[in-house]
Amino acid sequence: MGMFEAILLTIATAATPLLIAGVGELVVERSGVLNLGVEGMMIMGAVTGFGAALATGSPWLGFLAALVVGALFSLLFAVLTLSLATNQVATGLALTLLGLGFSGMLGERFVGMPGIKLGNLDIPYLSDLPVVGKLVFGQDPIFYLSVILTGGVAWFLFRTRAGLTLRSVGDNHGSAHALGINVIGIRYLAVMFGGACAGVAGAYLSLVYTPQWVENMTAGRGWIALALVVFASWRPWRVLAGAYLFGAVSIGQLHAQALGIGVPSQLLSSLPYLATIAVLVLISRNRRLTMINTPASLGRPFVPDR
Amino acid sequence: MMRVELVKRPQHSALFSALSPFIALGLTLVAGAIMFSLLGKNPLETFYYYFIDPLREMWSLHELAIKAAPLILIAVGLSVCYLSNNWNIGAEGQFIIGAVAGSILPVLFPQFQSWIVLPLMLLMGMAGGAAYAAIPAFLKVRFNTNEILTSLMLVYVAQLFNDWLVRGIWRNPQGMSFPGTAPFHEYAILPEIWPAAGRANWGFVFALVAAVAVWFMLSKMLRGFEVKVLGQSPRAGRFAGFSAPRMVFFAFLVSGALAGLAGISEVSGAIGHLNEKLSIGYGFTAIIVAFLGRLNPLGIVAAGLILALTYLGGEAASISVGLSDKVVRAFQGMLLFFVLGCDTLIHYKIRLVGTPLAKPAEA
Amino acid sequence: MRKTLLSLAAAAAAVALGTVAAEAKVKACFIYVGPIGDFGWSYQHHQGALEAQKELGGEEQVELAYLESVPEGADAERALERFARSGCNIIFTTSFGYMDATNKVAGKFADVKFEHATGYKREHPNVATYNSKFHEGRYVQGVIAAKMSKAGVAGYIASFPIPEVVLGINAFMLGAQSVNPDFKLKVVWANTWFDPGKEADAAKALIDQGADIITQHTDSTAPMQVAAERGIKAFGQASDMINFGKETQLTSIVDNWGPYYVERIKAVIDGTWKQQDVWGGMKEGHVVMAPYANMPDDVKKAAEETEAKIKSGAFNPYTGPITKQDGTEWLKAGEVADNGVLLGLNFYVKGVDDKLPQ
Repeated sequence: MGMFEAILLTIATAATPLLIAGVGELVVERSGVLNLGVEGMMIMGAVTGFGAALATGSPWLGFLAALVVGALFSLLFAVLTLSLATNQVATGLALTLLGLGFSGMLGERFVGMPGIKLGNLDIPYLSDLPVVGKLVFGQDPIFYLSVILTGGVAWFLFRTRAGLTLRSVGDNHGSAHALGINVIGIRYLAVMFGGACAGVAGAYLSLVYTPQWVENMTAGRGWIALALVVFASWRPWRVLAGAYLFGAVSIGQLHAQALGIGVPSQLLSSLPYLATIAVLVLISRNRRLTMINTPASLGRPFVPDR
Repeated sequence: MMRVELVKRPQHSALFSALSPFIALGLTLVAGAIMFSLLGKNPLETFYYYFIDPLREMWSLHELAIKAAPLILIAVGLSVCYLSNNWNIGAEGQFIIGAVAGSILPVLFPQFQSWIVLPLMLLMGMAGGAAYAAIPAFLKVRFNTNEILTSLMLVYVAQLFNDWLVRGIWRNPQGMSFPGTAPFHEYAILPEIWPAAGRANWGFVFALVAAVAVWFMLSKMLRGFEVKVLGQSPRAGRFAGFSAPRMVFFAFLVSGALAGLAGISEVSGAIGHLNEKLSIGYGFTAIIVAFLGRLNPLGIVAAGLILALTYLGGEAASISVGLSDKVVRAFQGMLLFFVLGCDTLIHYKIRLVGTPLAKPAEA
Repeated sequence: MRKTLLSLAAAAAAVALGTVAAEAKVKACFIYVGPIGDFGWSYQHHQGALEAQKELGGEEQVELAYLESVPEGADAERALERFARSGCNIIFTTSFGYMDATNKVAGKFADVKFEHATGYKREHPNVATYNSKFHEGRYVQGVIAAKMSKAGVAGYIASFPIPEVVLGINAFMLGAQSVNPDFKLKVVWANTWFDPGKEADAAKALIDQGADIITQHTDSTAPMQVAAERGIKAFGQASDMINFGKETQLTSIVDNWGPYYVERIKAVIDGTWKQQDVWGGMKEGHVVMAPYANMPDDVKKAAEETEAKIKSGAFNPYTGPITKQDGTEWLKAGEVADNGVLLGLNFYVKGVDDKLPQ
């Protein structure tokens, strides 16, 4: 395996959880809801995924459990912000706090246990092709799912009637309601979809990336996923681009260090963040384009008047 | 199928405005009692340590003030941002840069010892925080860049910058190569308010003054009106002749300056030198405080004290009944959920529709 | 009204407290910088605390209290004061960042003994400091690495440039050079003690750049798992990580705080506690090597011999001749480094392929 190829594989692994959580949150935000609790939902997914895989012996069941728990956990947020019209920013932060606490409680018994890793795909002949073999045909199944998920969400949002409805709810919940659309119902589904994605992204950490459970193992990745959504100006494929760019810069700085170049590691570590800001500025200079993509009702509570 | 339905009140309910925190507390206690019992702890005892024990002694009240001061200072500034619809979530970064800027004098000019040093430090801290907050404000106004993202990314950059400073050129030469600047000299230390009773410093007084000042500005001055109008309806604001770009800068500079003041107060008051462990999430927790206080500076004072109490109480419960810090965090999250949920009662009536048993809950 | 409520609650608490069994002889309290579930630094300290309790007669003799994830700023001072007021007889503060808070609070509570790990300030007679010579284990690792590596290159995942970490890097290099003078060491600073994902990425980067042995001075088991996946060998950190790399872990440096905690808590019970500054190593049993595994017998033998040499006190890894990275002489042949210099070490020895962040 060549070094270039190996680096690309590492980047893909680093980017996949960000992508899955980011695309999930994108759907939530497109429906007009801002859920800052991604970190909390991810860590809940990480602990339940790990536990379920350990109990059943199947990483796939682990992912399934994480998906369900992520969705259920986000339901808490949905009930408060949608049915009780609480402030979304504060509720999302509270969800993160709750998730970090609960996951620590649940995971106490898993500390020091090796997890069950979901293996990589291995297609005879194809996976052994030079350069592209491992990259295209030899990664873990979730990597492929993450790409399919991105495409699926892009298709759903911009090519289907249901997607149009969801976007209209996010753009102007008042008019959507006037048209007889069930705003709250759609937002419930969107929030739970986001929770399910965050749960799977968390399980990716504890079942593929680093198959183990330790407290706080998400280490801020939920926040990065949130940032990516804005960075992508709410377009699914741009989330993918952003996740890979972020991954590339993070991995690149480690390689630069291993090569022994004498630049402060703090400066190298801050590159992913500075790069994100720079790219964002470049994208958002086109005012009209960003205005079109931003869900206008983002973060505003909706209470139907009768 | 049961459904929750909200009915907007014609005007907000003064009764529930006062009552909702208590309903929330009641619900939290019930849920907490269940959780603690399941964990094999005596709920009464746990609650005692959580909510009452930290308030029984003077020294502990001082500690409460120390913990609450940065939360209140930052949250008060954030309230101006959020009311004007500017989503600054990077107060943590402004807190750090304020601490760094304020530390310039004692670190680089330790021989400059005079009573003027401390006031200069505080001003430089505020200027540093404000300048750092001006970056997302500028990018928003000039390039239309989303401020949630830029302010958040700048937090990480600030942490790394501070880390680089205190491990590198600002490192204490007598510190055995450990990170951190040399201890500040006596003129650079924020004094304690009442040293005989505990170690609370003037940072808490700054927090109270800032809260009252911002409250006055928001409720009694034209500028406060401008903040709210532009926040609720930019269009209406434009018709009234208010400038939205100027408001972006105003909100960010105010909140940045207060976060910076919190940063330098923490460093010169509670810690005594600049180090890399400074950033422990005050800027993020303050977001919760701002909303718990309903974006009202006086409410924020109460919210800051309550949130600080949950930290102190969590600690007391950990020591006395062996409650783990995970339980403490989960309990904090629950409390926040209930408080936020109950605040709904202020603006809405809640009806349960669809089940024959449910009666409309009239206020 | 408030008064009655208060007294009611106090009474309830008193009743509840009354159910606690007879008074223990000593209350030992621990403050940890991370969660005890980190399976690294804080986990090992907590294991030591539990061992001490068990060793000294269980709950009836030793009452334990601890706080996890206490930030090293204003919060530490408050937590320590609460400990001191809650009747702790001895308080262990297990991270460098607690140094100032420990000394401040110790000044207020002369009856309480304070034990600060990894620091150097003892401003009051009731403050003792303790640390472990982890670098002794690193030297043994270096010997093993040089014998096991085919490429002659090891990868080192470092956390932060503090003396303890630099000591470890140098000791590893010196051990390796004692076998292969041309041995190469690549260092990556993760800028974290604990982020499994980032540590895994760092391990992958080092392996991709040609390292075929991985060692780490960060806390998670992720690098071990990466090494296992890539089919190379690695060293564990802080705890025995063999479960995470049954065919990968060569050995691990285990932080073994138990014996020290037993000794010091017992001293409080016996009334013989005195201020001291202890820097224990293999000899004192504070640094323990996990069983040597996944290596040929001759390598194992060399490792055991090196370990025995250090353990007996016959050999100090920091014995000259040692040249600094910039080529100047540090220690003459046979000269042994002064502990004071080692505890503040901020330069590399010759051969380390990295620029030390200054």
